[in-house]
Amino acid sequence: MSRGKTPPSADETEHFVSQAPFDPRSIEQLSEDQEKLYLASQWKLMWWKFKRHRLAVVSGLFLAVLYASILISEFLAPYNLHSRHVDHIYAPPQAVHLFHDGRFVGPFVYATSFKLDMTNFKRVYTEDRTRIYPIRALCRGDTYRLWGQFESDLHLFCPAASGGTVFLLGTDRLGRDVLSRIIYGARISLTIGLLGVMVSFLLGITLGGIAGYYGGMVDLAVQRMIEVLQSLPTIPLWLVLAAIMPLTWSPLLVYFGITFILGLLDWTGLARAVRSKLLSLREEDYVLAAQLMGASPSRIIGRHLIPGFMSHLIASATISIPTMILGETALSFLQLGLRPPITSWGVLLVEAQNINVVVLYPWLMLPVLPVIMVILAFNFLGDGLRDAADPYK
Amino acid sequence: MLLYILKRILIMVPTLLLISMLVFVLIELPPGDYLESYIAELQMQGETVDPKHIEYLRSEYGLDKPVLERYVFWLYGMLHGDFGYSFEYRMPVTRVVGDRMFLTTLLSISTIIFTWLIAFPIGIYSATHQYSWGDYGWTFIGLIGLATPNFLLALVLLYLANVWFGLSIGGIMEPEYLNQAMSWAKMKSILSHLWIPVIVIGTSGTAGMIRRLRANLLDELQKQYVVTARAKGLHPFRSLVKYPLRMSLNFFVADIGNILPNIISGSVLVAIVLSLETTGPVLVAALQSQDMYLAGSFMMFLAALSVTGVLISDIALVFLDPRIRLQGGSTK
Repeated sequence: MSRGKTPPSADETEHFVSQAPFDPRSIEQLSEDQEKLYLASQWKLMWWKFKRHRLAVVSGLFLAVLYASILISEFLAPYNLHSRHVDHIYAPPQAVHLFHDGRFVGPFVYATSFKLDMTNFKRVYTEDRTRIYPIRALCRGDTYRLWGQFESDLHLFCPAASGGTVFLLGTDRLGRDVLSRIIYGARISLTIGLLGVMVSFLLGITLGGIAGYYGGMVDLAVQRMIEVLQSLPTIPLWLVLAAIMPLTWSPLLVYFGITFILGLLDWTGLARAVRSKLLSLREEDYVLAAQLMGASPSRIIGRHLIPGFMSHLIASATISIPTMILGETALSFLQLGLRPPITSWGVLLVEAQNINVVVLYPWLMLPVLPVIMVILAFNFLGDGLRDAADPYK
Repeated sequence: MLLYILKRILIMVPTLLLISMLVFVLIELPPGDYLESYIAELQMQGETVDPKHIEYLRSEYGLDKPVLERYVFWLYGMLHGDFGYSFEYRMPVTRVVGDRMFLTTLLSISTIIFTWLIAFPIGIYSATHQYSWGDYGWTFIGLIGLATPNFLLALVLLYLANVWFGLSIGGIMEPEYLNQAMSWAKMKSILSHLWIPVIVIGTSGTAGMIRRLRANLLDELQKQYVVTARAKGLHPFRSLVKYPLRMSLNFFVADIGNILPNIISGSVLVAIVLSLETTGPVLVAALQSQDMYLAGSFMMFLAALSVTGVLISDIALVFLDPRIRLQGGSTK
C-alpha cells in the first residue's frame, strides 16, 4: 500500500523516511572547523593560541615597528646624532601647536628666545608667541649616509627652513636634540639584547645539552659551574668583566665585548632548563633508536631532542632580553659600558645621573621611557609566547 | 637529618673554592696592577718616582711572586681571617669592609622583608582573582617597577624625599652621625633614610616574585584536594590559606638563595647614586683602581653570603616539607 493515498488519522504518526543519501560514517565525520584543528601543524596551533593573547600581539607589533625603525633611524630623526646647536643648550622641549590666533596653520612650534639669568646662572628659554616656525614634512635637513652607502638629506620632518628649531624633547648640555638621539640610541639598545641572548642561547643549549645528555661527571661539573655563576652577584661580575676590556679598544669592539659579557652570565637559567628536560627525554625510545642507527650525540641532541622544546626555549629567551637591556644601561651608567660616540639609551641616561638634572632639566630623563616600554613589551610578548609554546594544553 | 645538613655543608666547600678561583682569575685578568696606576698617578702630579721605593712596595705586597703562589697566599690568609690589604685605603680589608658590611646586611634584609610584604598579598590576590582588572593592574604596576632602571628611580625618589620630607640628600644617615659609635639616635637616622633604597631595590624584585607566587598558587588551586575542600563546605579563606598557600610557600623559602645575590647586585648602583655607606661604591672603586685584594675579598664576601643563603633555604625546606625530608634531598 502506498502512502499518500490514505491520509493518516489523528492518532497515527506518519512514518518518516529521509530522502537524503545514506552515509554510514556521518557520526565519525568531523565538521570543517574540527578538521582544520586536527590537521593543523604544531606551529599553526601555536600561532592560533598566540593570537588570542591580545597584549602579546600588540607588544609584538610594537617591537616589530621599533626594530624596523632602526633600519631608517637617519630618516626618522629630525637631526643627526652629533649635530650640535650652541645657541640651544639645555633647551626645554618645544610644544607642537596646530592653531595660531584661532586660525589653523598646521603643526608648528613657536620661536624661542634665550636669556642667561645672571643671578642663578640658569639658561632661560621663553616662547615667543608672535613668530611661528611651521614643521615641514619629508624635507631636506642634515645630510647623512644611509647604511653607510647612500648619501641623502631626506628626513621625515624637520624644522622650518628659515632658522627654526624643532626640539620636541629638548636638548642636552651640548645642544643636541634628545629625540634624535633616542631614535639613534634604539639601534644599539635593541640589538644589544638580541646579540646577548644569542650568545646565552648558544652557551645554554650546548652546555645544558651536554650535561643533560651525558649525565654523570659532566653533569656534575656543569652543575657546579652554574651554581658558582649564580651565587655571584651579577652587577659586580659585569663590572669585573667590563674592567678587563682594555681602554684602547674601539667603541665598536667594546659594544661586542659588552654583548658577550651580558650573554656570558645569562646562560645558566637556560642551561638548567635544557638539562632537566634532556635528562628525562634521553630515556625515550626514539633516542635509543637513533643511537642504534649510529647517530652521533651532537646529532641526537641537535636534531631530535632540542627541537622538541625549542618553542619553550625561545619563549624563555624573550623574557631574558629585558635583563640585558637593563644591564647595558647599568653598565653605561657606571661608565664601564658603552662609550660615546656609540649612543645607546644607557649612554643617554648617563647625562641624567645627578640630582641637578632631575630638578633643572627633567627632559634629559626621557630616554627612560623607551627603555620601560620596550621592557614591558618584551615581557608581554614573552608571556604570550610561553602560553603558546604548549598548544596542546 | 643531621647527616643531610652535614652533607649539604660539605658541598659548599668545593663551590666556594671554585668561586675563589674564578674571582682571583677575574681580578688578575686586567692588564697591569695597582702599583702601575699608582706610579702613573704620581707622575701625573709631577712627582718623581723612586724605583727603589716601587721595588720595595712590589715585594712588600707580594706582587712580584707568581700568580699561583699569590692565589694560595690569598686563600690561606682568608681561611685565617686575613683578607688582605687595601692599597687604596692603606689598611686591612676587614677594616674597610667592617662597618659597610653591617649596613649592607641591614639593607638587604629590609629589602627582602619589604619585597615579601608587597609581593605576598598581591600575589595571593592575583591568583584568586585571575584575569580580573585587579590582577592585570597589580601585575602591570609590578612590571613597571621591574622595567624602570633603578638608578633613575633612586634619583627621583631622592629629590622627592628632599622636597617633601626634608631628608638630607645622599648618605644613609645624617652627616653628623658619620663617624660616631652606634647609638639610638644614629639608628633612628639610618632608619629614616633607609626607606628610599629599600623601595628602589625592592621594586625590581617584586614583580618577579608576584608572578611566581601567582603561578605557584594557581597550580595548587587547580588540584583536586582544593575542590574536595570546597565541596565539603570548608570556609573559602581556610581552603585557601590552610593548604594551597602552604604548599606554594615552598618557593618563597627556596628563593632566599636567589634573592640575595640579586639584591646585593641591585644595591650597588643604588648605593652609588644615593652615596650610601654600603659595600657597593667601595667595590666599584676598588675594581676601577685595581685594588685587587679589596675587590677580591669583597666579591668573596658577597658570594659567601649568597651561598649561605642557598644553604639556609635548603635546610629550611627540609624542615618545612616532609616530601623533601623523606626523599632525603632538595628539589631545587
